[in-house]
Amino acid sequence: MNEIPLTHILFLSTALFFIGMYGLFTRRNLITMLMAIELMLNSVNINFVAFNKYLYPDKLNGVFFTLFIIAVAAAEAAVAIAIFINLYRNHRSIDVEETEQMRY
Amino acid sequence: MQRPFTIDDIAMNYSSYIALIPLLPLAAFVMLGLLGKQLSRSAGILATLIMLVSTVLACYTAYNYFFVTGKVNGVYPPVAAFHYNWLPFSPGLSIDMGVLLDPASVMMLVVVNFVSLMVHVFSLAYMKGENRFATYYAFLALFTFSMLGLVLSGNLLQMYIFWELVGVSSFLLIGFYYDRPAAVAAAKKAFIVTRFADLGFLIGILILAFYGGTLDFNTLIYQLTATNSSPLTQSPQAGFPGISLLTWALMLVFMGGAGKSAMFPLHIWLPDAMEGPTPVSALIHAATMVVAGVYLVARLYPIYLLDVAVLQIITWVGAISAFLAAIIACTQTDIKRVLAYSTISQIGYMLFALGLAGYGHTTTGYSASLFHLFTHAFFKSLLFLGAGAVIHFVHTNEMLEMGGLRKWMPVTHLTFLIACMAIAGIPPFAGFFSKEEILLAAWENNRYVFLLALITSGITAFYMFRLYFSIFWSRTRSYPHQHGEGSWTMKVPLVLLGTAAVLVGFIPFADFVALDNQKEITIPLSFSIAPVTIAIAGIALAYLLYYKYNPGPQKLALALGGLYKMVKRKFYFDELYLFITKRIIFDGIAKPAAWIDKHLVDGFMNGAGRATARFAESIKAWQSGRVQSYALYFFGGIIALAALIVYWWT
Repeated sequence: MNEIPLTHILFLSTALFFIGMYGLFTRRNLITMLMAIELMLNSVNINFVAFNKYLYPDKLNGVFFTLFIIAVAAAEAAVAIAIFINLYRNHRSIDVEETEQMRY
Repeated sequence: MQRPFTIDDIAMNYSSYIALIPLLPLAAFVMLGLLGKQLSRSAGILATLIMLVSTVLACYTAYNYFFVTGKVNGVYPPVAAFHYNWLPFSPGLSIDMGVLLDPASVMMLVVVNFVSLMVHVFSLAYMKGENRFATYYAFLALFTFSMLGLVLSGNLLQMYIFWELVGVSSFLLIGFYYDRPAAVAAAKKAFIVTRFADLGFLIGILILAFYGGTLDFNTLIYQLTATNSSPLTQSPQAGFPGISLLTWALMLVFMGGAGKSAMFPLHIWLPDAMEGPTPVSALIHAATMVVAGVYLVARLYPIYLLDVAVLQIITWVGAISAFLAAIIACTQTDIKRVLAYSTISQIGYMLFALGLAGYGHTTTGYSASLFHLFTHAFFKSLLFLGAGAVIHFVHTNEMLEMGGLRKWMPVTHLTFLIACMAIAGIPPFAGFFSKEEILLAAWENNRYVFLLALITSGITAFYMFRLYFSIFWSRTRSYPHQHGEGSWTMKVPLVLLGTAAVLVGFIPFADFVALDNQKEITIPLSFSIAPVTIAIAGIALAYLLYYKYNPGPQKLALALGGLYKMVKRKFYFDELYLFITKRIIFDGIAKPAAWIDKHLVDGFMNGAGRATARFAESIKAWQSGRVQSYALYFFGGIIALAALIVYWWT
């Protein structure tokens, strides 16, 4: 069977990571920024699974970590969205510029 | 662990009921404490009945101990009737809960139970109509439990626990009338002074336990007396400044005893403790708790015998307390305070009797002391209960406002007279026999102490009959609130205690409570002449001055002038203590310490806080509020770290 080399997968995850980073820095909409963060998290997940499969195929550590990250990301998304809703109620907007008022 | 002196098969006879004696009052305390409000009037009767059961058990125990088990090899053996290994620390050292029966503890068991029962009965009438009637009985039961526990303790730490418990119940009962500021102050004073002394006691216990290797009385005594290898009994170099560790330990233990027994100079709390209800004074501050110090020294007596210096200190502390307190008692006009000082004086007798062995001639002082403790418990609680009946009748403590009471209170009058004769040492009343034994021990060991004790006994007779004549004779007054002498519950304890005060002197006490190797006490008849004469002289003087109301006492007081005033103000001890606490401790130590705390310690903390706040103020502009720039810094930092790691790695 013609296996996909590890480097391809690493390339994918790196690309995904920097796409996410680009999104995080350029977008002004908080939900879009959250989605960008999710992209970065998923790139890490791909890394974990890939290294697990290619380097230590008889172990499951990487897979477990991935599951953990997914769970944490879900919780984090819930918290983040709760914050956005409150922000929207107060400012009628979820633009990241609005949050500047929350400094000290 | 080896228990050299106890015989365990005898213990089986007792273990079934002996624990009940202290536990019954505890049950009464819990019951009255929880259900007191609902029980109200019947609370007192319930507590009294429980005390009755406990007293019967105690008498049965005494009978069993002295007559059924009897002597083994010519001595009454100590019996560990009940023993429970509570907190084991190491194979050698553990804190146990146990019951130790020996002649002294069995004697105390009977005394404490009997006096407590009398006080319970007396209080039924005396405290009638009191708002916190049930609470009062709950506290009485708590005290009785603690005192019985103290008496029966088989080891030092258990004794210390109960020692503090009696302190607490004493505090609660002195402060029973908590709406009176004087009572509150007296309660605090009693607690603080005895606590201060107990600090010494605790340190002494720790030294003894650390070097003796055990807390158990019998094992400790056995180890210290049988072997000379213990570091405690070795050369003084082991101690600090030239005094051996044993001396330190025994001195500190005695300090605890002196505090509880209101010995000079820690006596200041006892006269003030008279703010409590009078039956409480009879129980706690006359018959039982205040003799705990004597009992403590008697418990450790074989160890004290190893150290002559401490015994001599005990002798002089006791003798000086006896003398000073007797002098002060002559000038007081509050009848309870006169009795309080007479208590201090009599406990002084007991203590110097114990200490006299330090002069190395005879050890008869041991049983003389405990004999006096025994008789004193009866006649002194009788005096206090009589005073209670008088106060109940005339509604004042001032003897100057009394007089001629014999017409209204015949029973109280007669029993009070018996008690006065007993304390003055007139034969054949109880106090005569015990005081003779003490005086004889003093005569055999130290003539100076004997002389002081003899003078004191004359003064004792004088102030007791001053009290007696002022209350029951002197000028007759009319009393506005005529309600008779009191119900039978007040008279029965007086009569019973009066009978005891006549009879207990005939008990051959030294046959029951004595050291193992003590010789027979035989008092030659001629020896009694001097003490009895001097007592009669004291009574005669009191008769001249106080039998009929006359200006004699006042003239005498004026003639003595400054001396009288000094004694009347109790040698300015209270003022001295106030000076030490207020001027030296508060002004000299506490206030500078408070200043250091406020300005240096707090100042440093506040300064640290302020510096942090100022620093934060100066850098807070870095917080821009722009989330994305934070993220940028973050990634920049990560990349820098990554670069650094890669650089270092390769």
